[in-house]
Amino acid sequence: MKKKKNFRGNTLPALVMVGPVTLWLLLLVAVPLIYVVFMTFCSLDANYNLVFTFTLDNYKRLFDANYVQIYAQSLLIAFSTTLICIIAGYPFAFLIARVFTKKKAILYMLVIIPFWTNSLIRIYGWRTFLGSSGWLNNMLTKLHIISEPAEFLFNRGTIILGMVYCLIPYMILPLYTAVEKLDKSMIEASKDLGAKGPATFLKVILPMTASGIFSGSIMVFIPCLGYFFVADILGGGKSDVIGNLIERQFQSGNNWPLGAALSVILIAITLLLVKIYQICGGDMENLGV
Amino acid sequence: MNRRIKEKIKYTAGIIYCALVYVFLFLPIVVIVVNSFNATTSKPYLSWKGFTFAWYGKLFENTVLLASFGHTVLLAVVSTLLSTAIGTLAAVGMYKYHFKGKGLIDGLLYIPVVIPEIVLGISLLTVFAKASVPRGMITLVLAHVTFSIPFVIFNIRARLSGYDNSIEEASMDLGANRVYTFFHITLPVLAPGIGGGALLAFTLSIDDVIISYFTNGQVKTFPLKVMESIKSGVAPDVNALSTLILVGTSLLVILTQSGIFSKHKK
Amino acid sequence: MEEKKIIVEIKNVNKVYQGTNAVVKDLNLNVYEGEFLTLLGSSGCGKTTTLRMIAGFEDITSGTILVEGENIEDKEPFERNVNTVFQTYALFPHMTVFDNVAYGLKIKKKPKGEIKTKVMEMLELVQLGGFEKRYPSQLSGGQKQRVAIARALINQPRVLLLDEPLGALDLKLRKQMQLELKRLQRKLKITFIYVTHDQEEALSMSDRIAIMNDGILQQVGTPVEIYEQPATRFVASFIGETNLFDGAVSSVDGDKVSVSIESGVITGKGTDFKVGEMVAVSVRPERIKYSVRPVEGFTVPAAVKEQVYVGSVLKTIVVLPNGNEIRIERLAGEELPAEGMVYLYWKDEDAKIIHSFDNNIFAAIDNIQLA
Repeated sequence: MKKKKNFRGNTLPALVMVGPVTLWLLLLVAVPLIYVVFMTFCSLDANYNLVFTFTLDNYKRLFDANYVQIYAQSLLIAFSTTLICIIAGYPFAFLIARVFTKKKAILYMLVIIPFWTNSLIRIYGWRTFLGSSGWLNNMLTKLHIISEPAEFLFNRGTIILGMVYCLIPYMILPLYTAVEKLDKSMIEASKDLGAKGPATFLKVILPMTASGIFSGSIMVFIPCLGYFFVADILGGGKSDVIGNLIERQFQSGNNWPLGAALSVILIAITLLLVKIYQICGGDMENLGV
Repeated sequence: MNRRIKEKIKYTAGIIYCALVYVFLFLPIVVIVVNSFNATTSKPYLSWKGFTFAWYGKLFENTVLLASFGHTVLLAVVSTLLSTAIGTLAAVGMYKYHFKGKGLIDGLLYIPVVIPEIVLGISLLTVFAKASVPRGMITLVLAHVTFSIPFVIFNIRARLSGYDNSIEEASMDLGANRVYTFFHITLPVLAPGIGGGALLAFTLSIDDVIISYFTNGQVKTFPLKVMESIKSGVAPDVNALSTLILVGTSLLVILTQSGIFSKHKK
Repeated sequence: MEEKKIIVEIKNVNKVYQGTNAVVKDLNLNVYEGEFLTLLGSSGCGKTTTLRMIAGFEDITSGTILVEGENIEDKEPFERNVNTVFQTYALFPHMTVFDNVAYGLKIKKKPKGEIKTKVMEMLELVQLGGFEKRYPSQLSGGQKQRVAIARALINQPRVLLLDEPLGALDLKLRKQMQLELKRLQRKLKITFIYVTHDQEEALSMSDRIAIMNDGILQQVGTPVEIYEQPATRFVASFIGETNLFDGAVSSVDGDKVSVSIESGVITGKGTDFKVGEMVAVSVRPERIKYSVRPVEGFTVPAAVKEQVYVGSVLKTIVVLPNGNEIRIERLAGEELPAEGMVYLYWKDEDAKIIHSFDNNIFAAIDNIQLA
C-alpha cells in the first residue's frame, strides 16, 4: 500500500521547512567554495587587489619545493596520527564497549567531557606540561633523571601528540559504535568452529568493525591537515602542516589567490578520501560524529 | 597457567590500559585546573608558587577576558538556537516531502562535516569580504550556524528513522491543524533528537577555533583571546575561566542529559 | 427493508498515484447511518486508500465523496467529522493515556471538568479504567488499541474509520477484540467503516461487506448474501472455499439453468441468463453430493483422488476428466468409493451461476468450442 502523503497544498509547508536550509547551504557553503575555486585563477595587482586574469600561476606556485616538503610532512603527520589513533583507540573502544559493559555509559561520557574545554586551551595545557619549565621537566629534574631541563616541545613528535590528542575521540566514538553493534554469537560461533583468538579477531571482529575504522580514519586524517594551531602551539613554527600555509596567505602573507589554491589541495584530498570511503562501502551518515 | 589467573591478568591489563588513555585525555585539563590555583605572578606563569584563589578574583577585574567569554556564550547561544530551528525544520521537511534537488541539499550537508575547517573558514572569509559584510558577531553567527546545521540534522534524522508518520495523521484526524500538530506532536516526539543536536551545536560552537579565527573581525571570542596571549604566556586567570567553563558546561550537560533520559524512559 | 439514511456516499471515485496504475477504479458505494460496513480485500486492492480518502489523508483523483450530503473534497482532515483508528495505533508516545484520549476535546477547547468526566467515561467503556496515567509504551498491544479506539470515539464522530485495527494482535486477542468492537458499535450506534483482509473477521462482525479487488468494487451485501450469492468469480473464490466451473449456458427452463462445461453438463439456479452466455458456476464443497449413477441434469463423472479426515469432516478431492480437481466435504463416515467413477450432483439452488465477464472469459470460450 502506498504510504506517500498527498495532502492538498504540500508546496507551502515543504517550502517553509526546507527553504531556509537550502538558502543557507547555497549561500554559505556552495557559493563560498565556488568562489574560492574561482579565486585560484585570479592574481593580485600592485595594491593587493584581486583581479581576474585567468592565470594558472597560483597552481604553478604550489609546486614550489618548500611547499612540496610541507605537503609531505603534513601527510606524514596525518598518516601517523591516524595510525596511532587506530592502534591506541581500537583496544580502548573494544574494552569500554564490550568488557567494562556495566559502566560503559559513564566511560563513554568520559571520552566526550574533555571536548567541553576548548581544544586550543587543552593544547596549551600540553605546552605547559611539556615546556622547558613545565611539569614534566620539573618532575624529571627533581627526581634527578635529567640534570638540565630538556626540550620536549617544538618537533614533529609533539605535533603528532597534539593531533592525536585533539582527534582521538573522533576515532574512538565510531569504533565504539561499531564494536557495540557486534553480535556476540558471531564471536562465539567463530570460537566454536575452532578459530583461535587471533583468527577470530582477523576473520570476524575486524571485518565487522571495519566501518568504524573507515569513518574514524576519515574524521581524523582530514582535519589533521588543517589544524594549524596545533602546529603553531606545539611545533613553534618549525614544523608546519598545510593549514599553516593557508593561514599565512590569508593573514600575514595576504596572498588570497595562493591561499585559495592551497585550499583546493585540501578540497581535492577530501574528495578523494571520501570517494574511497564510499567505494569501500562507507555510509556518509556515519561521519556525523 | 591457570585459565582463571590468565583471565584475571588480561582484565587487569585492560583496566590499566583504559586508565592510561583517560590520563592522556585529562592530563592537560588537570594542568589547566591546577594552574588556575597557582600563586605565581611572573611570566610565563609555569612554576608552582603555592595555592591561591587570587586568579578567580582577578578574573572578574579582567574586563577584556570577560568580554571575550561573553562573546563566546552569546555566539554559542544564538548559533545553537538558529541552527537548531533551521535544522529541525529541514530534517522533518526532508523526511516528509519528496522534491527535486533533495540530493543536492543532502550533498551540501556533508560538506561542512568532512571538509577541513580551515577551508570552510577561508571560503566564508573571502565571500564576506567580497560581499562587503563587515566581520564581527554577525559573520561569526553565520559561520557557526553553517557548520552546526548538518550535525543538528543528522541527530534528528537518527531519531526520525523510528518515527511513525501516522501519529501526525492521527493528530489531524482528531481536529488539530498542521501548525498545532507540529508543535504538540512532531516537536515533542523528536525532542530528544533535537536536544541532542542542539547540545552538539553548542559544544561545537564553544570549541571552535579555526572558523572563528577567519570570520571574527575585531570581535574576539574566548579561544581567540587565548590564542593572542599564547606567545607571551597565558595568565592563570585564563585557566581560572577555563576551569569555570568546564564545571559550568559539565553541569549543564549532566542536567540536560539526565532530563532527556528521564523523558526517554516514559 | 426499511429505508435507511445514507451517511457516506462515494460517487465515481478514482484514485491514481502519479506514475502508477489506478488504485481505486470508479468506486460507487453508499454507507448507511449506524451500520458496520467492512471493506474487504487482499492487500493492494484499494481498501485502505478508500478509507484514507474518506479521512482526508489522500486526495481524490476524480469523483466525489459526500459525508452527510456534504462534499468533503476541500476539507482538511481536521475539518472532517470522521475519526480514524490506525493499524499502528498511532498513539502519541509522549502523552499519557489520559492526554491521548483527551487530545480531541482539548483542541475543541472544552472545559477541563468536562474533558475529565468524558475521558474517564470513555476509558471505562473500553475497559481501561485506572490506566489513565500510563504511557503508551507501558501498554500491551490490545490495550493500545483500546486507547486508540477511545481516542477516536470521544469526539463522537459521525463515522469511525478503522484501518485493520486488529492486524497486529495475536489470534486470541483478535477474536476477543472483534466481539468488543461489535459491542461498542451497537452501543454507540456510530457508523463503522472497517478495513480488513481477514474474511472471517469481516463475516463475523459486519452488517454489510464491500469486497474489493484490484481497485474495483466486486460486491456489496450482507455476509449471508456475499457467501450465498457471490456476484463475481472473485467473490465466490475469495469468501470461503468453493468449486468453480466455467462454461456456457446450454438451456434455460424458468430459473433452472443448464451449463455446458468441458466435462459435461451441470445445472444450477439463476435468473437473467441467456442461452450461449458465458458463466461460471460456484458450488460450495459441503453442498456437493455424489451418486454412482448419472443424475438427471448432471453428466460429470469424477474419480476419487484423495480423502482426508479433518475431525468430524471428511474432505475429498475428486478429479474430472479434464484434470480439474473438485473439493467435496462430507460428514465423517460417508466415504466415497475409492474405485471407479462417481457422478457429482447438487440441489439446483446450491449452484450459483455467475455472469462471467471477468478474467476467466478465455477459459469459458475454450469450453464452448469443446461443447
